[in-house]
Amino acid sequence: MAEVQDVIIVGGGPAGLTAAIYAGRANLSPTVFEGFAAGGQLVLTTDVENYPGFPEGIQGPELMQMFRSQAERFGATVIVEDVTRVDLSERPFRVWVDQEEHRGNSVIISTGAAARWLGLPSEQRLRGFGVSTCATCDGFFFKDRAMVVVGGGDSAMEEALFLSRMASHVTIVHRRNELRASAIMADRALANEKIDVRWNAVVEEVLGDEVVTGVRVRDVVTGELEDIPSAAVFVAIGHDPITGLFRGQVELDDAGYVVTDGTRTSVEGVFASGDVQDTVYRQAVTAAGSGCMAAMDAERWLEDQAANRASADRALAAQKDG
Amino acid sequence: MATVKEVTEETFQGEVLESEVPVLVDFWAEWCGPCRMVAPVVEQIAAESAGRLVVAKLDVDRSPAIAQRYNVQGIPFIGLFENGKLTRHAVGAMPKNQLEQQLGLA
Repeated sequence: MAEVQDVIIVGGGPAGLTAAIYAGRANLSPTVFEGFAAGGQLVLTTDVENYPGFPEGIQGPELMQMFRSQAERFGATVIVEDVTRVDLSERPFRVWVDQEEHRGNSVIISTGAAARWLGLPSEQRLRGFGVSTCATCDGFFFKDRAMVVVGGGDSAMEEALFLSRMASHVTIVHRRNELRASAIMADRALANEKIDVRWNAVVEEVLGDEVVTGVRVRDVVTGELEDIPSAAVFVAIGHDPITGLFRGQVELDDAGYVVTDGTRTSVEGVFASGDVQDTVYRQAVTAAGSGCMAAMDAERWLEDQAANRASADRALAAQKDG
Repeated sequence: MATVKEVTEETFQGEVLESEVPVLVDFWAEWCGPCRMVAPVVEQIAAESAGRLVVAKLDVDRSPAIAQRYNVQGIPFIGLFENGKLTRHAVGAMPKNQLEQQLGLA
């Protein structure tokens, strides 16, 4: 059976890898399961402009490679595979990659979040044929054509601005009458002459038989339907936490986020950090910060466990002597 | 060890369409993050299915005509070619078991 490790970290984005750096420096030799989405959402971002320390910005994948190297430098083992099952009902906790079992005295959950879809059958049918959540990947295929971006946050603005460089026109479809994006991103998008916003509108259907030809939107105020011709629809309506593995094992809120007190979860010895437990900030830098917190909390908890065991042993020994 | 073979517009006909065994083609591009995510998964499939399946990758930047011919408008696009025809496909980065399931390889 596998040796019991001090810390197992599930997820290899900014939170998981920062936890690995701190746990590594505490001589806890952490194992990180990065999973297939190694590097997390930052790998999908080209220019990261708001991570401190990089005044000129940095490419997301490059930043994550630096996180990884730094974690490995301090003794973290980074495993590319996906965790397929966990058992957090007793200690040591158990984590599987297919049939292979790993055991840990503590676990840090940092599985992050994944892009949310609209949830329309027409959207799923046309995914890859004009429906996408990745403008940097797929904008290329629709050069000089009209495109739609759905959403009102920073990622929607980022997608729209990126696409404006190649699209003939970009329409942002947003369900409210004001943007949720940060001021700098909203201003940039609104000032762009290729971008306009269809306010108070939700997508009812993605149109097209084999490829996207447009979207049908409904005005939430008037109820009116309108078809917007478009070669592509980029969905940027937010993210959902990736917590399927942990359902029924640690407490999750209604939206699926891990419920935390600091970084402690409902299971003693199991900690969570990053977007998987963050319903408010969801930034690379806050994820990294909470990864640090989780590693320090785990370290302290492991020390307390060891101290409790030692004092119990002493008490037992004293009893025998007496 | 089987590796992922690079194919282009020039070699596509011979290496993919005229192949005796089924060919898995990973349509990708340098600037595509999810393509980087799924690349190790594709490599793993290549290693595990040597002999039964040829695994190839095609850079859509360098070979746009092929991508266009198959209506590829989202990458990573992983297509299974059997007897010269695209029979199954999967779009987007996903873990190995899910990808194999979508391609009917599981």
